[in-house]
Amino acid sequence: MQTLYLALAVFLLLNLGAGMWRVLRGPTAADRMLAAQLFGTTAVAVLVLLALAMENTALLDVALLFSLLAAVTAVAFVRRAWPEQEVDNDSD
Amino acid sequence: MTLIDYLSAALLIAGAIFFLAGTLGLLRFPDVYTRLHALTKADNVGLGLIMAGLSFQAESWAVAGKLLLIWLLVLLAGASVAHLVARGALKRGIRIWKR
Amino acid sequence: MEALTLLEWGFDGLLGLGLLWLAWRALTCPELFKAIVLFIAFGLLMALAWVRLDAPDVALAEAAIGAGLTGALLLAAFAKLSLVTGHEELKPARSEKNRIRFQHYWMPATTLLLVTAGLFYVILSLPPYAAGLSVEVASNLDTSGVSNPVTAVLLNFRGYDTLLEMVVLLLALLGVWSLGDTTIHREAAPGLVLDTLARVLVPLLILVAAYLLWVGAHAPGGAFQAGAVLGAAGVLLLLSSWRPHADLIAWPLRLMLVLGPAIFVIMAVLLYLTKGQLLEFPPAQAGILILILEAVATVSIGITLAALFLGGRPRRGKGQA
Repeated sequence: MQTLYLALAVFLLLNLGAGMWRVLRGPTAADRMLAAQLFGTTAVAVLVLLALAMENTALLDVALLFSLLAAVTAVAFVRRAWPEQEVDNDSD
Repeated sequence: MTLIDYLSAALLIAGAIFFLAGTLGLLRFPDVYTRLHALTKADNVGLGLIMAGLSFQAESWAVAGKLLLIWLLVLLAGASVAHLVARGALKRGIRIWKR
Repeated sequence: MEALTLLEWGFDGLLGLGLLWLAWRALTCPELFKAIVLFIAFGLLMALAWVRLDAPDVALAEAAIGAGLTGALLLAAFAKLSLVTGHEELKPARSEKNRIRFQHYWMPATTLLLVTAGLFYVILSLPPYAAGLSVEVASNLDTSGVSNPVTAVLLNFRGYDTLLEMVVLLLALLGVWSLGDTTIHREAAPGLVLDTLARVLVPLLILVAAYLLWVGAHAPGGAFQAGAVLGAAGVLLLLSSWRPHADLIAWPLRLMLVLGPAIFVIMAVLLYLTKGQLLEFPPAQAGILILILEAVATVSIGITLAALFLGGRPRRGKGQA
């Protein structure tokens, strides 16, 4: 089972890498922030898998923190840092 | 591997597939709203499946309870943030993609 | 190599490459907002790296501060910068005049190469398994009052460093306050969703902070991590347009801010007067003393971090921050 956990962790990490493309591409600020949300959720999944793979239940606390704090960053974006005039997104 | 192990493995792999679907949606969908949709729904279901698979392998009820708590928090945060981002996007005039 | 170690190497390798690439992109990205998001992603991956290095305490701190709070701080700073300069998209203008040329970068590049070569040499000549001081820490752990070696080192064996760190944090806040009062910016009232989210998450965050504080005695956790979570709760409150009552901004706020370092200093002085050594805890009371210190440190750190987010000295009176 440990091999499966690690294999899935590697897969999720590759997933994360693929999501990176959306941060670079944009085009709106919201798209970039969405990708950051993806990273947060993927990181929670990876941490939980690692917690069982490395047999360290303290890592679940780290996952708990991640889930709580990803929301704070996103709320900071929506309330403060989002420019009023958005470059209109081109459909791709 | 016992039957429980096979069940866990199946749930874990299903969760990973949902994560892949979420990322594909993020990369391929045409505008912010649809990407938000893909991300929030697919990723949270994927996470839930992974949590379910792992809770069968958990060593105590406390660990399984913690996994459930983490998933519920991610759901809460994800749903609220999705609403906030979508409303903000509408207010800022980002066009909804029409076919 | 069996599959497990291969997978471990694969994971760590991907993580390392990802970190390097993210750091490079975050530093060289011309658009400021993109750079901030890349930096947040970098913090997330960094926390994963600490986990792989078997350092859950540091991973907790990195997750709370590096990925969460610093992200929010940078975004707030970006907003203020946009407001002050009047530009919505912040990127530097590149022209033929300010293009980077060889005579600009040959010296830093050479220094960088020399330092990297030196680091490689030093790291490769280290013994593969160095116990460091972990043997001494383990043998003295029962006299320290806690069973988590990280907390023992932070609060007991090297308590002096922690005291100085807390004072540094306070000084940083004073630096921010010296920049002026907080600007009043019109903010839309929070909608129902944000309001409800804050009402649900803030008590949860406070609870998690108390949990981390308590569990730090025997498992990964501790005052800094708990303080960072409290800070995040404060930031969430501030973002949902909550402001403390005007009476609380005067001396209660300042009292809470200095409570941590002050109690630490008082304890150091008392111990010096009674035992002749700064910050030498008697083993019988060490557990209780550490708990008291951690509790006040958590409160101070949390409020300091939340106050940092405000970006200026809070006004009292009408039209407050």
